[in-house]
Amino acid sequence: MYDYSDFDDAFVRARVAQFAGQVARRLDGSLTEEEFRPLRLMNGLYLQLHAYMLRVAIPYGTLNPRQMRQLGLIADRWDKGYGHFTTRQNIQFNWPKLEDVPAILSALADVGMHAIQTSGNCVRNVTADHFAGAAADEIEDPRPVAELLRQWSTDHPEFQFLPRKFKIAITGSPNDRAVTRAHDIGLRMVRDAAGMPGFEVIVGGGLGRTPMIGHKVRDFLPKADLLPYVEAILSVYNMLGRRDNKYKARIKITVHETGVEEMTRLIEDRFAQIRPQFGGHDQALLAEIEAAFAPPAFRDAPTDAYDAFRAADPVFRAWADTNLALHRNPQYAIVTVSLKAHGETPGDATGDQMRLLADLAERYGHSELRISHEQNVILPHVHKSDLPALHAALVQAGLGTANVGLISDIIACPGMDYCALATARSIPVAQDIARHFDALKLEHDIGPLKIKISGCINACGHHHVGHIGILGLDRAGVESYQITLGGDGSETAVIGERAGPGFAYDQILPAIGRIITAYLAIRQSPHETFLETFRRTGMGPFKAALYPEEGAQDAA
Amino acid sequence: MKGRFTPKVVTANDLRLGDVVYLTPDDRWSRLHHEAELIADEAVAQLRLHFAAAQKLTVVGAYLADAKAGPHGPEPVHFREAFRARGPSNYRHGKQADLT
Repeated sequence: MYDYSDFDDAFVRARVAQFAGQVARRLDGSLTEEEFRPLRLMNGLYLQLHAYMLRVAIPYGTLNPRQMRQLGLIADRWDKGYGHFTTRQNIQFNWPKLEDVPAILSALADVGMHAIQTSGNCVRNVTADHFAGAAADEIEDPRPVAELLRQWSTDHPEFQFLPRKFKIAITGSPNDRAVTRAHDIGLRMVRDAAGMPGFEVIVGGGLGRTPMIGHKVRDFLPKADLLPYVEAILSVYNMLGRRDNKYKARIKITVHETGVEEMTRLIEDRFAQIRPQFGGHDQALLAEIEAAFAPPAFRDAPTDAYDAFRAADPVFRAWADTNLALHRNPQYAIVTVSLKAHGETPGDATGDQMRLLADLAERYGHSELRISHEQNVILPHVHKSDLPALHAALVQAGLGTANVGLISDIIACPGMDYCALATARSIPVAQDIARHFDALKLEHDIGPLKIKISGCINACGHHHVGHIGILGLDRAGVESYQITLGGDGSETAVIGERAGPGFAYDQILPAIGRIITAYLAIRQSPHETFLETFRRTGMGPFKAALYPEEGAQDAA
Repeated sequence: MKGRFTPKVVTANDLRLGDVVYLTPDDRWSRLHHEAELIADEAVAQLRLHFAAAQKLTVVGAYLADAKAGPHGPEPVHFREAFRARGPSNYRHGKQADLT
């Protein structure tokens, strides 16, 4: 992976020193809160419901074991022994004290990490396919391009005061695991007629209060044109994006109000203007970065022991069936370590678990770790012969849950248990659903199903693209949950459809139960997934299951 | 016609810890909701809020929150304030652990 250069290190250390001074001046009264707030937000520090929260970027979701250990150390030394991995491939610490934050940032700088641009109206952490560099279906590892974008966007003078925050996602595979169509810019690698890799460019996607699927502005962008093209998009947005209304400031609204055709024309014009200024330095830099992402030296060894163990041990087999994905090297597997043990908080890992994951990555995983937007940890390169030992170690640490892609593998934002913006809780809803279907031993029978929960309209929990989406709202001083169905965050992205009136906190689990019962009754075979069934039948049978009283009234 | 004034407490977050605090009748900041001053008069509420907001080296983001009288002192009305007064529901962290 990419290691910080001396320049990166000096830049981050300078920011830590600046922020240490700013904290000291806040505490001695030289800075008011109004003056300090934008400074702390530039360094990822929020004030939440019960405490400060520090959001640390994990660029394109990639971590090395040393970094993971350091996150564990921070969790233990300055927080309450855990960290929360988010849908933006960041980690959030929920309980830091203001005066400790400079020391935390310094500890992060020691391992080439920081919290810069994890807040504010700038280009945020560039997210990527969590299977990048390992997936069997991948054209090329997209992370060198993501790193190029990170270096370019960090402290970029033109893009520090955008109309609103700006999120870029990138995938190197035709199967979109990075939700590229719901980002301000989505980059999906494709090949042209000659077989050369480049990008399909999608602009103006986003969730939040006005969910929109992004629009394609380029079918094929050669890799060499990527940086000037992204800069052209940002520059058009920076000019046109609305600064008069925060709720209309994202690029999705700019595209909507300007029109895709006109927007495309403006981007292409700007691109033609600035392209000649990129004299190839960016490509030289990209080549250097690409060298840093060279794949590990894969081992060549038999995998018979894995096959035999898999056949003999049903617990291991259940885990292998759900938590492994196809690696480009047939002797290897991509392992998703579930941070969704039934009844636990989605995306949370303790300091001990982080250290164990770091150890296991070193022992079995070529020292690579990834964080997924689905709030799990990935060991991208594990030789199949090592899987039984890895699984045993994971199980001992409470990390062996075999539920990836199933009903209990729920995305949940922190919700009103932590977040100052939230209008209702998310975490306990996720915990209840996971516990319920685990107790019924139904989740493997239900099969692939993505539930995503947000505790407010800002949609950090991606509820619009959940097969079942749950949105927590405050309705006249009471928590109320709206259900959407049929959402999809993949390459066939769709915004889910609202099922009807919301449900009270104690009614949301029974409502989900009725949806599942309906699905099991109407699916054509156990192989027809929830999403396929929904697409075949539409909302009708699910609505009838959710609101039986209304059906009875209609019939009367 | 103006509706009846809902009683309020002054609440904020502690500058250093971020912890939720409440303004007491004797001008202290308490971590306990039931020690807060329950203010029944709108003009007094505004005065107390100004007093709180001026304490820039102690608290951040002071505001008035609805409250009601209870057997041990003021109680939160809205669920958000109830969570602020207690801590998160997924772990026994925050006030529910620190103050018992």
